[in-house]
Amino acid sequence: MPVALDPELLSRIQFAFVVSFHILFPTFTIGLASYIAVLETLWGWTKRDLYIELSQFWTKIFAVSFAMGVVSGIVMTYQFGTNWSRLSDASAPIIGPLLGYEVLSAFFLEATFLGILLFGRNRVSPGLHIASAYVVALGTLLSAFWILSANSWMQTPAGAEFRDGRFYPVDWIAAIFNPSFPYRFAHMVTACYLTTAFAVVGASAWAIRNKRFPEHSHKAFAMGLGLIAILAPAQLVIGDLHGLNTLRHQPAKIAAMEGHWETQQGAPLLLFAIPDQAAERNRLELAIPKLGSLILTHDSMGEVAGLRDWPPEERPPVTIVFFAFRLMVGLGLLMIFVGLAGLWLRWRGRLYDTDWFLRLCVWCTPIGFVAILAGWFVTEIGRQPWTIYGQLHRSDSLSPSLTGAQVLGSLLIYVAAYCVIFGTGIYYLIRIARRGPTVGEPAPAGATARRPLSGADLPLDEGEAS
Amino acid sequence: MSLDLPLVWASILALGVFMYVLLDGFDLGVGILFPLGETDAERDVMMNSVAPVWDGNETWLVLGGGGLLAVFPLAYAVIMPALYFPVLLMLIALIFRGVAFEFRFKAPPRRRWLWDHSFNLGSVVATFSQGLVLGGFLQGFEVAGRDFAGGPFDWLSPFTVFVGLALICGYALLGATWLIIKTEGELQERFYRLARPLLLGVVLFIVAVSVWTPLKHPAIAERWFSWPNLLYLSPVPIVTALVALLLLRALRRRREVQPFVLSLALFLLCYLGLGISLWPYAAPPSITIWDAASDPSSQLFLLVGTLFLLPFILFYTGYAYFVFRGKVREGEGYH
Repeated sequence: MPVALDPELLSRIQFAFVVSFHILFPTFTIGLASYIAVLETLWGWTKRDLYIELSQFWTKIFAVSFAMGVVSGIVMTYQFGTNWSRLSDASAPIIGPLLGYEVLSAFFLEATFLGILLFGRNRVSPGLHIASAYVVALGTLLSAFWILSANSWMQTPAGAEFRDGRFYPVDWIAAIFNPSFPYRFAHMVTACYLTTAFAVVGASAWAIRNKRFPEHSHKAFAMGLGLIAILAPAQLVIGDLHGLNTLRHQPAKIAAMEGHWETQQGAPLLLFAIPDQAAERNRLELAIPKLGSLILTHDSMGEVAGLRDWPPEERPPVTIVFFAFRLMVGLGLLMIFVGLAGLWLRWRGRLYDTDWFLRLCVWCTPIGFVAILAGWFVTEIGRQPWTIYGQLHRSDSLSPSLTGAQVLGSLLIYVAAYCVIFGTGIYYLIRIARRGPTVGEPAPAGATARRPLSGADLPLDEGEAS
Repeated sequence: MSLDLPLVWASILALGVFMYVLLDGFDLGVGILFPLGETDAERDVMMNSVAPVWDGNETWLVLGGGGLLAVFPLAYAVIMPALYFPVLLMLIALIFRGVAFEFRFKAPPRRRWLWDHSFNLGSVVATFSQGLVLGGFLQGFEVAGRDFAGGPFDWLSPFTVFVGLALICGYALLGATWLIIKTEGELQERFYRLARPLLLGVVLFIVAVSVWTPLKHPAIAERWFSWPNLLYLSPVPIVTALVALLLLRALRRRREVQPFVLSLALFLLCYLGLGISLWPYAAPPSITIWDAASDPSSQLFLLVGTLFLLPFILFYTGYAYFVFRGKVREGEGYH
């Protein structure tokens, strides 16, 4: 069978495509929801219009992102059934309820408090409005909690018994709080906050350079950079802990991330290499001796497993994992640099007029999104060939009835539809961001719909729309 | 205590799917009838009549899909691959028509037609796909072991296409009677005139599906026509006929709310009929709800959260309809 029409590979590509698209939106809304709650609180304390105007501006962007996240998310659940029916049948007794609770938390949020947050400013008391901002933020975190619990369970299954090809729940607490979940949750939520901070900082830096809304953009710029200065270094520590957890439970993934083929004591840290999966070695290695062992085992002579410990068919594709990991870490270091440089410039009183730094921040607007995608590529490709790690192989997960042509057809339909829908949506998001906050006007009396996108009332094409 | 969890969950999911069919049914119907709005303003009114509620309506679909995976995974694992393309088409069509609500009002007039078509076509395709899903379900699935064993186009048959067309007609009736409530004057009169032939079409479709299904499936024929079932079940077709007649009368007398309520009743009776035919299968013709059930502990775990939130969702659904009650007038949209 030609590779291009292998239903398994095509189903993996299809899943990767829809989930990569989807993840961008919740990432952003998790961060924005908390940011909006903070802005609303600051307004409650200070009663300065500045905060409410900033909050309204980012709420518009939140509304559109949220809607995009919802529509792209519905597709995900159905993928489990259409393309991975054996995975569904085998693992639904565990991940089914976890995903079910994710759906319920999202509904709880969408049903009530989102409407109040988006449209209720003039209809409810300020206290209730602020409270609803917190409930929405909590709702997004709750959604992340359940979805990451389900994902982590697939990476480090626990609290279940694997019998006759299916999983049976034994201990729900152990299943929900499975070994990798706390680390993954902390790592991902921090990443969401960093991503949002860089988007806010980038948009503000753009506005500062274009001399627009100076008061608002200075405030948002300083707040975002403050958060980055704290969270970017913290993420390094959290990421390290997550890596150590992975070393314990998924050593083959670590070996692929590090590009280690041989099991060795005092393993080097590879800064660069071109892994060759067939030859089981690297080309063009640039390495720092012993640092790999030091980072992974906190002992310069510690033993680190290499990929040759596993049979070839149980090794993840090394090249993608290796480079995605380096991209993620590189961007993380860039984030730390931006945070520290921001602190330094603030201390020198030059935060808002250092052009190279403003320019750098504009360029850094999307780096959180890129780092998140890179990180997910590491963790999802690094766990291959398993869907439920060590227990259910991906070839035992696929719907057996699928044909290659069938999946190719659906993949093409997805790609075409997503380009139109999300192309329009992203174009719209950028338009809102460029227009900036509405300053000095009372809050619009507003629509009463509960529909997220109506929170953004900007015509798609300026001056022409009615 | 022995609680029959699969039965409880089957009831919850049946309620969820029924809520979905009723609620999204009429707003998809409005989309199907969209070309009947002759001016931009008329189309605004039509769209605004469902704009505040449609996404709440679609909530039920997610509940149905997510619930099926969690509590009847075997059914999910058989049905989804079998209905691969109808499900895909339905999702894509629903996305297109969902964003059309938003983009249409934001697009410049010269590009508005694009989202008009997106809304109309998305509604038609989504409805037709749902009909294919229903038809495929009635048709049954070829199963080997715990897997769907048929081909990617098994769902495509004269019967399923027929059910797809029937559903378009049915949703259009729901949409037309909904619009009778929400509009006035010349536009309302247009839907009164349209509702009659739609009703006629629906009745013909109901009769045809009711004859065709037992002819194809001896088990379903046995269920309905064996004695004494025939006696117990006879109220279903009799009441259905009665409701259709009442609906016809309500339309002739130009009642405003009655036609919609009676159309909903018609759907309830059809749903009941389908339920009687299909019981107790989660994936006909071989997998029952007990075969398909997840581990009891999994079903119980999710039941706790669902029972807590279901009343809540029902309440806000009702509240949203209350807030947006009354006629929609031109230029009075909340956009």
